[in-house]
Amino acid sequence: MSKGTPASPALMAAKSPVPSASGTKRAGTRLASAAHSVSPVPGPNHTIGPVEMTGSQAIVRSLEELGVDDVFGLPGGAILPTYDPLMDSERINHVLVRHEQGAGHAAQGYAMVTGRTGVAIVTSGPGATNLVTAIADAHMDSVPMVAITGQVASSVIGTDAFQEADIVGVTMPVTKHSYLVTDPEQIPRVMAEAFHLASTGRPGPVLVDVAKDAQAGPMTFSWPPKIDLPGYRPTVKGHPKQVREAARLIASAQRPVLYVGGGVIKAHACDELAELAETTGAPVVTTLTARGAFPDSHEQHVGMPGMHGSVSAVTSLQQADLLIVLGARFDDRVTGVLSSFAPHASVIHADIDPAEISKNRTADVPIVGSLAEILPDLSKAAEEEFGKTGRPALEPWWSQLNRLRDTYPLGWTEPDDGLSAPQNVIKQIGAQTGPEGVYVAGVGQHQMWSAQFIKYERPHAWLNSAGLGTMGYSVPAAMGAKVGSPDRTVWAIDGDGCFQMTNQELATCAINNIPVKVAVINNSSLGMVRQWQTLFYDGRYSNTDLDTGHNTRRIPDFVKLAEAYGCAGLRCERDEDIEDTIKQALEINDRPVVVDFVVSPNAMVWPMVPAGVSNDLIQIARNMTPQWEEED
Amino acid sequence: MSRHTLSVLVEDKPGVLTRVAGLFARRAFNIHSLAVGPTEIEGMSRITVVVDAEGDLLEQVTKQLNKLINVIKIVELASDASVQRDHIMVKVRADATSRLQVTQAAELFRASVIDVSTDSLIVEATGVPEKLNALLAVLEPFGIREIVQSGTLAISRGAKSMSDRALRSA
Repeated sequence: MSKGTPASPALMAAKSPVPSASGTKRAGTRLASAAHSVSPVPGPNHTIGPVEMTGSQAIVRSLEELGVDDVFGLPGGAILPTYDPLMDSERINHVLVRHEQGAGHAAQGYAMVTGRTGVAIVTSGPGATNLVTAIADAHMDSVPMVAITGQVASSVIGTDAFQEADIVGVTMPVTKHSYLVTDPEQIPRVMAEAFHLASTGRPGPVLVDVAKDAQAGPMTFSWPPKIDLPGYRPTVKGHPKQVREAARLIASAQRPVLYVGGGVIKAHACDELAELAETTGAPVVTTLTARGAFPDSHEQHVGMPGMHGSVSAVTSLQQADLLIVLGARFDDRVTGVLSSFAPHASVIHADIDPAEISKNRTADVPIVGSLAEILPDLSKAAEEEFGKTGRPALEPWWSQLNRLRDTYPLGWTEPDDGLSAPQNVIKQIGAQTGPEGVYVAGVGQHQMWSAQFIKYERPHAWLNSAGLGTMGYSVPAAMGAKVGSPDRTVWAIDGDGCFQMTNQELATCAINNIPVKVAVINNSSLGMVRQWQTLFYDGRYSNTDLDTGHNTRRIPDFVKLAEAYGCAGLRCERDEDIEDTIKQALEINDRPVVVDFVVSPNAMVWPMVPAGVSNDLIQIARNMTPQWEEED
Repeated sequence: MSRHTLSVLVEDKPGVLTRVAGLFARRAFNIHSLAVGPTEIEGMSRITVVVDAEGDLLEQVTKQLNKLINVIKIVELASDASVQRDHIMVKVRADATSRLQVTQAAELFRASVIDVSTDSLIVEATGVPEKLNALLAVLEPFGIREIVQSGTLAISRGAKSMSDRALRSA
C-alpha cells in the first residue's frame, strides 16, 4: 500500500499546501486599513472600487496602484486604447523609445538599479517580437520585468490578422509566466499577479498580452484584486537542518571559497553576505552578475571567476575543498569543463530556485530559500559551530591565494600599434567616476574589461547582459538606469559593434533629458570575435572589421552621429587625452555625451581559459600559464 | 534509460498543456504517452506523462515543471504502488466467417465489441500495455485496419488523494 512519492522530496516542499491569498481583503468592500503587510499584491494596496472603466483605463490604473512610476514603450495599433488613458496619468512617466528592444532593455536597466520591477509597453506583432530579445535577456539574468503587449482583437486571434503574433507562444520558454487577457474584468488580477511573479522568488520577466477588445471593453475596477496562484509558493526560509549541516562543513573546511552570484544582489542581501564573509574569513569571488555584491576593496575579495577571471579567483575555486555557492548557477563560463571544475570541493548551494540545485554540479548541502534569510542564519550557525569546534586555520590557504593575487594581478600590455589600450580607458573611467557611478556594458571585450578594471564597491552599480550576451544592451539599459537613478552618473561602456545595434535610443535620451554618458570603446571591430580569430583561427579575420576606427573611413563617424542625435560628441585618440576627455564628459550634464575612444584592435582580454579545457589551464597572456609549482 | 510515469496536477488554464509539453521538448525528452483530463476538483486537471529518462535528468525536468506557475504538484507513480491502464480501440476485419472467432478472442481479453459492420468489428479494451499488446497479437491475423490508443492513466493505490494535500489544507 503506497502512494506516489514526490519526484524530488528534498527540494520541492514548496508547492503545497496552498492557503488562499487570505491577506487581501475582498475588493470593493472599502474595508478600513489599506496596507496589508501579508498581501501579495505589490504597491500600497489602497482599497478602491468598484468603479466602472475601460480595460485600458484598468491597465493604467493597475500600474498606478502597483506603485509604478516609470514605463518604457512605443505605441501601435493594438495597444492604442491603452496609450489614451496613459496620457492622462499624473503618476506614470512614459518614456517613448525608438525601438521596442530599447524599451525592454531600458526596463531591465531600471530594474537593475532600483530593484523594482521594470515595465515595457509595446504593440502586437512586430512590436512584441522586437521585445523578445530583452525578455530572453531578463529571463537569463533573473531581472524583474513586466512586458505589456497589445494583441489583436480576440475575435480575430488565430486568423493571421494584421500585426498578429502569438507572443505568448513565442515567449513561453523565456518568460517566468505569461498571460493572454481577453476579458477586461481579469486585468487587475492579472496585472497584480504579473508584478507579484516578476518580483518575488527568483525574479524574471512576465508577459501580459492584452487583446485590443479587452482594452476597449467595459469593466468594473476594484483594488486590491485577489491573487490566485495555488502553484506558486517560493520557499523563503532555508531549512534549519540544512543550514546547520552547511555550518558544520564550513567549520571543517581548510580551503573554503564563497562563490557569489547575482542572486545575492537580487535578494538585497549584500550586507548579510559581508557578515558571513567576515564570520567565516573565507575568500570571496564575485561572478560577472555579482560584481559589487562584495566590495572589490575588501581584503577577502579575490576577484571574478570564470573564462576571463583573475588567476586568484579561478585558482581559489579549482583548489577549494568547499564551495559555498550563493545565488550562483555554475554557468559554463565560470566552470569551464564541468567535470574538471573545483575537483576537490564539497558544495553548499544556496539558491531560491530549487531547479538550480544540482543542475550542473551536484550539491552536497542544498539550501533552498531567499539569501536574505539564509545568510544571517548561516552566519549564526557558523558562529555556533566555531564555538564548538574552533575556527579552522585558513592562514595557509590565504597565503597561497595572496601569493597568487600579488603575482598575477589584472593588467595589460601596451598595444604595439601606438593606439590606446582599451583597458586603460575603462580603468580611468572607473577611477574618475568612482564607485557611486553606474556602469552598463554591452557584450564582448569591453564588457570583460569593464568587469575587470572598474572597482565595484556597491551592488546595483554594474549592469550587463551576462547570460544571454546581448550586444546592444548597453545604451538602452543605461537609459533605463538613468531614469531609475537620475542622481547618479550613468556610463554606457559600449563597443563599436554593440553601439551600432541600439544607438537610436540616443534620441530618446536627448529628447527626454536622460543625460547618460556613452563611452564607445572603438577598436573598429567585433573585438571578442576577432580575439578568438587571432587565437583559434590563425588570425583569419572573417567579417569582424567594422571600419569605425583608426585609419578607416569611420562609418559611421560616432562624433557626427552623436551630434545628429542632439548629444555632445567627443573623440579621444591619444593616451594623453584620456583623462581630460573623461573629465570633460563628466562635466556635461545637460545632454547625453558620446565619447569615441579610438583604441587598438589588437588588445586582448586576459586572463583567459580557452573554451573546452579545464580552468587549470588558465592563461595570463597568449600561451602563458601561471607558474603553479610554488603553489602546490 | 528507464520508463517513468509522472502525474502532474495543473490549473485548468489555457496553454498549460503547451507549457508542460514544451518543457519536455526543450530537454529533448521523448514523451511516450500523455493523457489529460479534469479531476474531482473544478478548475484542476491532471496530466499523466510517461517518459523514458535517466533519473538525474528526470529530477531536473521535474524541478523545471514545478517552476511552471500553473503546475500545482508532481508525483512519480511507481508501478508497484499505482494502478496504470491504457485504453485501446481496434478496428478488425471480420466477415461472416471470421466474426465469431474475433468475438471470442476479444472475450478472452475481457474486451468488448462496440461496433459491428458487415466486414469489420471494433474491439475496445482496457489494461496494462502488456495485455493490450497480447490482444493485438491475437487480432493481428484477422487483419487490423485501425488502432487508436489513449495515453496511460495512472492513480496511486490506497486511500490518499494526490490533490488532497495539495489543495485542501490551510
